[in-house]
Parts: sequence; C-alpha cells; structure tokens
Amino acid sequence: MAEKKATRQAYGEYLVKLGEKNPNLVVLDADLSGATKTNIFKKAYPDRHFNVGIAEENLLGMSAGLAAAGKIPFASTFAIFGAGRAYEIIRNSICYTKLNVKIALTHAGISVGEDGGSHQSIEDIALMRVLPNMTVLSPADAIETEKMLDAAITIDGPVYIRLGRSDVPVLFDESYHFELGKASMMKSGSDVTIIATGLMVALALEAADQLKEEGVSAQVINMGSIKPIDVDAIKQAALTTGAIVTAEEHSIIGGLGGAVAEVLCDEAPVPMERVGVKDLFGQSGKVAPLMEKYGLTAGDIVAAAKKAINRK
Amino acid sequence: MAFLKETVTEIRKDIVKMIGQAASGHPGGSLSSAEILTLLYFEQMNVDEKNPRKEDRDRFVLSKGHAAPVLYATLAEKGFFPKSELENLRQLGSILQGHPDMNKVPGIDMSTGSLGQGISVAAGMALAGKIDNKPHKIYALLGDGELQEGLVWEAAMAASHYQLNNLIAFVDNNNLQIDGAICEVMSPFPIDAKFEAFGWNVITVEDGHSFDELRTAVEVAQKSEDKPTVIICKTVKGKCVSFMENNAGWHGKGPNAEEVKQALAELEA
Repeated sequence: MAEKKATRQAYGEYLVKLGEKNPNLVVLDADLSGATKTNIFKKAYPDRHFNVGIAEENLLGMSAGLAAAGKIPFASTFAIFGAGRAYEIIRNSICYTKLNVKIALTHAGISVGEDGGSHQSIEDIALMRVLPNMTVLSPADAIETEKMLDAAITIDGPVYIRLGRSDVPVLFDESYHFELGKASMMKSGSDVTIIATGLMVALALEAADQLKEEGVSAQVINMGSIKPIDVDAIKQAALTTGAIVTAEEHSIIGGLGGAVAEVLCDEAPVPMERVGVKDLFGQSGKVAPLMEKYGLTAGDIVAAAKKAINRK
Repeated sequence: MAFLKETVTEIRKDIVKMIGQAASGHPGGSLSSAEILTLLYFEQMNVDEKNPRKEDRDRFVLSKGHAAPVLYATLAEKGFFPKSELENLRQLGSILQGHPDMNKVPGIDMSTGSLGQGISVAAGMALAGKIDNKPHKIYALLGDGELQEGLVWEAAMAASHYQLNNLIAFVDNNNLQIDGAICEVMSPFPIDAKFEAFGWNVITVEDGHSFDELRTAVEVAQKSEDKPTVIICKTVKGKCVSFMENNAGWHGKGPNAEEVKQALAELEA
C-alpha cells in the first residue's frame, strides 16, 4: 500500500520551505488555520501569518492589498467559502487587477465527508476557471502539491490551488517535474484515455488496471494544470485512442470535464464521458460510501470507459 | 488656499465636461468629494506624477469607485496624464474606464468599482506598510451608501485589530444613494458610533467642502499612534452645480449639452 497524505497537509508543510526562500511571502487564514494547515507556517513565521477571523471576503480583499504593496500573499480557507463566498472579490480585486495572490483552498470536493453538502465544494473549478488571468491547479498528491507551489510562486498573478481534506495515495516521487499547462502521462494505452485530476487520478489508475484484466487498453493522463490546460495532450489522446473519459471530484458541469469537452469540440471531437458529481449537492457520510454514492469510484470510471469505447 | 480653491474649481469643471461628453457617469458623488481629493493630491499626499509607482508614495484607494471622474480629473490636473485624455471617458479603448483601472491609468493605486472592496484592499496595503515598517499612509474614500456593504465592517474590524494607524478613511457623507436618501433606503447611521465601536479614531468634518476643516482632520489622523482613523465628511451631493445639488437623480447620469453649459457657467461665476 502506497504512502498516504492529504494535499492540505503537504501544502501547510511546504509553505514553510517557500517562506524560507521568499521573505515577501505572507499567509492569511480565516479561522481555519488548523484545518487548512497554515498553522504549520504560523509556527515557523508567526509575524508573517495573519488570521483575519471568520471573514472570507476580507481575507481576499486584504490579500489583494498586500499583493498591490509587493507581498506574495497565500490566502487559505475552505474552498466553499473562498471560491464561493468571496467570489466577486477574487474576480474584481484579484483577477481584474491581475494581482499576485495565491488562493490555496482546502476541503474541496465531497471527500470533505461528514460536514456535509454545505461544506463540500463541487463548483470551485468551474468558478475559478472562468476568470480571466486566473491559473487553476489541482494536485493529485502531496508531491504534486509541492511542485505546483513551486510553480505558483513563479507566476506574477493570481493562482488557485485546489486542495483536499482526505489522505490520498502518494503517486509521484521527488523526480516528478510539473510544468504549467502540461499534463503528465501516468500510463499509456490505446483504446481509451482517462483524463483525471486530484484524488481521481489514483482511482483512474485502478480503473485502468481493471480494464486491462478485461482486455481493454486504457491510457491515464493526470491533468493537474486545469488552466492553462494542455490542449496538445488532449488532442493527441483523442487522435490516438478515439475515446475520452474525464474524472474529477467536482460537478460534471464546468470543471475538468467541461474544460476537456471545450478542447475536444475545437480540436478533435470524439466520444467522451464525464465522471464527476452529477448536478447534485453532496451530503454527510464517510468518504468511501460518499464516493460510491456519488459515482466517483474506479468502477464508475471503468463503466464510463466502456461506454465511451462503445460510442466510437 | 486660493490655489486649492482654483484647483478644485478646475477639477469640477472637468468632471462636468467629461461626464457630459461621455453622456454617462456619476457626477453627484464626484462633485461631493472634490475637496477631499484636491486636498490629498495637491497638499497632503507624497506622490510623484513623474514616477507614479514609486515605492514610498502614499496610496489612495477610491473605494467608491463610481466617483472615477473626480479621481481622473484630479490626476490629470496633477499631471499624471494629459488632460486631453478626459475627453475619452468611458469610450472604447480608453484608459479611463467607467470605474478606475490601476493597470490602465498612471497614478491609480487600486482598481475599484465594486463597493466595499476598496477599504478591504486599503487595509491590506496598510498591513503591508506595517510589516515593513514604512512611514507612508494609505488613504481611502468611502461613500456613505457604501457603508451598507458587509465587507466594509469586516475590513474595519481587521484595521483596528492590526492597529493600522497608517490607514485614513474618508466617508463622503452626502446622504444620497442611487435609489434615494440613505436613511430611507438603509440607514448607515450612526456612522461615527459604528466606527468608534469598531475601534477607530473618528473625526467628523461638519463642512466637507472646507479645506481648513479637512486639513485639520487629516493632520490629526496622521498623528494617530495605534488606531486607523475615519474622517466623516458632511458633504453636498452635486456640490456647486445648482440643479445637481442634493438630487439623487444626478447620482449616475450625464448632463446634456445645455446642462453642461449651465453647470460650467455656474462654476466659472
């Protein structure tokens, strides 16, 4: 069994290293620093961590001001509050202005678990992706989280980093190289391509193994950089395998599935199936049964792959 | 003093002319805050029109971003960009957008227009100044109707919590918003007691068109040791143009050619 670690944990730990290298880096949180793991940074750099209280709009507004004054603010809270409640502050004060704010939101997706539908953000990728000037990153594991943070800090502009609450398998090792706008090939295959992001990447690999047992050759692509998206990789996958499945812990509307569908429409229309949360809110429960209930298992990906292949 | 009075009259004339030319825009709240901006840019603030982004400058955030014309007229008068640019207000391709854009206009420190956000951003700028122990000030201008935005009070709480004595906010208290009198739409009163309860220094300026009163207030605010300061300025919406004064109808519409002529005649009188 592979080592497991939540991407929020990797974020909190790696922030300390980033802070060491970047004296202008400051961290803001909204009374959730224990959950977002920015309290790890706070321990190392108490003078550069600001808890603005339960005030997400001001969290993003003050971050914009700090960026306008030359700081590199990392703003963290739960995805539902950061991308949801503070949306228009992100739009007008951060993206319209192209200010250098890193928005690292945790507890994205239904793998939040017991807190339920009010706290499970299944629309944040769609909301962030539609904003001009925004970069959208969705790491699959702890290592990719670190590599994306390294990339994010080199971008002079807004970046959204989507992080999860639950422990997920570590898929990469230190040699992994993340490049903005580039997908990573996890497994090659010829019958169908599964394009996954976040914790669904590990499940996509499981699905590919199951498909192999049934004689189906599935390719798996990790799409960590959702915006900019890797148009060439999607086009190549469509041309070489002729069928696409997307897998994300997000609404099937507007997220990775939407982004990939847009590229396919423009470049290489082929049969495509989207695995994700249907047009529904989540609910309380343990993570595994929730993933099953909402159609986010390796089995769901297998079924979608077969369906896509049958539509060729 | 004569200089400031002459300057503010020039700024008012430019406001009327540019909004007339654009045939849209917000004259009422631009005219009500003209003295505040004139005092800041022509007397109080450390800014350099030749080097708009110099690091140690004082910053100004027009949180009531719809009053863009007063900011544009002031910056042009100060020499940040040619006055001829004012003719292009709200036109396709112009640097002078309907609401201020920091990436288009030299001298603008923050893009604003969505109410409540400017004061929050100004608090962030002030916090950055405190982190680096910088002496410069952050000035912000709020509308009185804008105080209805919840974010204003999130920012107010944080500014006091972080002891941002380098933050000086003005409230342009002209008593009118687009749908009518602020006390009828949604009263923000008492404004002074609210800010006081949030831990701010509160100064009320009875005549927000008096340079002397505004100056006295700003100089007190600049000496604050551990609190942000709000200067509540009682002003007249549409000030100095008789048919616009105290008329909510002139919150957000452009005067026609005849009205521009009359307004300019009054301002030149």
